[in-house]
Amino acid sequence: MTSWFLVAIGGFFGAISRFYVGNVAKKRFATDFPTGTIAVNLLGSFLLGYLFAAPFEKGIYTFFGVGFLGAFTTFSTMSVEAIQLLFAKKFSISIIYLALTYILGILLAFLGYFIGYK
Amino acid sequence: MKVYLYVGLGGAVGSLLRYVVALASLQLFGTGFPVGTIFVNLIGAYILGWLTAKVIHPHMRAAIGTGLIGSFTTLSTLSVDVVTLIHSGTLLIATFYIFISLIGGLLFAAFGFRMGEQREVGEEK
Repeated sequence: MTSWFLVAIGGFFGAISRFYVGNVAKKRFATDFPTGTIAVNLLGSFLLGYLFAAPFEKGIYTFFGVGFLGAFTTFSTMSVEAIQLLFAKKFSISIIYLALTYILGILLAFLGYFIGYK
Repeated sequence: MKVYLYVGLGGAVGSLLRYVVALASLQLFGTGFPVGTIFVNLIGAYILGWLTAKVIHPHMRAAIGTGLIGSFTTLSTLSVDVVTLIHSGTLLIATFYIFISLIGGLLFAAFGFRMGEQREVGEEK
């Protein structure tokens, strides 16, 4: 039962943090490139890789990994943004966005994993 | 400021739903392939595409779209899933997983968006 609570509380703060980063990014960078989403997704991938490999207690992983980082990062927003860029015929921005999200996301998760494993 | 609370509550519900799917997927399919992550991500991409085509109240959009669906889907788990798959030596399965997520996410988002638009046109008649 405790783990459900940890996931919900983590998700509560993870979603709010993503929303906050998105709003700040929108104000700071007037660009078609979704800077806020890529920022949360790359940072979250790195941190989850680290958390996954490092010897933390299960409760901490459930709260911060499953709850917070799971909600902080988002796949649906990323996919919808990419498809909207394609619909708007902004092909190069969309492809660069997808490539950077997937390639850097996986590389950063690897880096976090590697650092956490030591 | 109230909108932050809505996003948070949506996020709590979305995360719990993702957790339920992950546990169920583990029971049904084991640890070999992240079926749960694919499921939440593709369903979520479809629903968010659909929601994006709709004209709804900004607070609803924040609570359901940004909060609930945004938190139901996850990119960090996807990235770490890939690391785990490569680590266990199955590069082919890792590549397949990335391919399904990438292409599937775009198709589901596009399909949801078009479905949302169609409903909108239908309602005007």
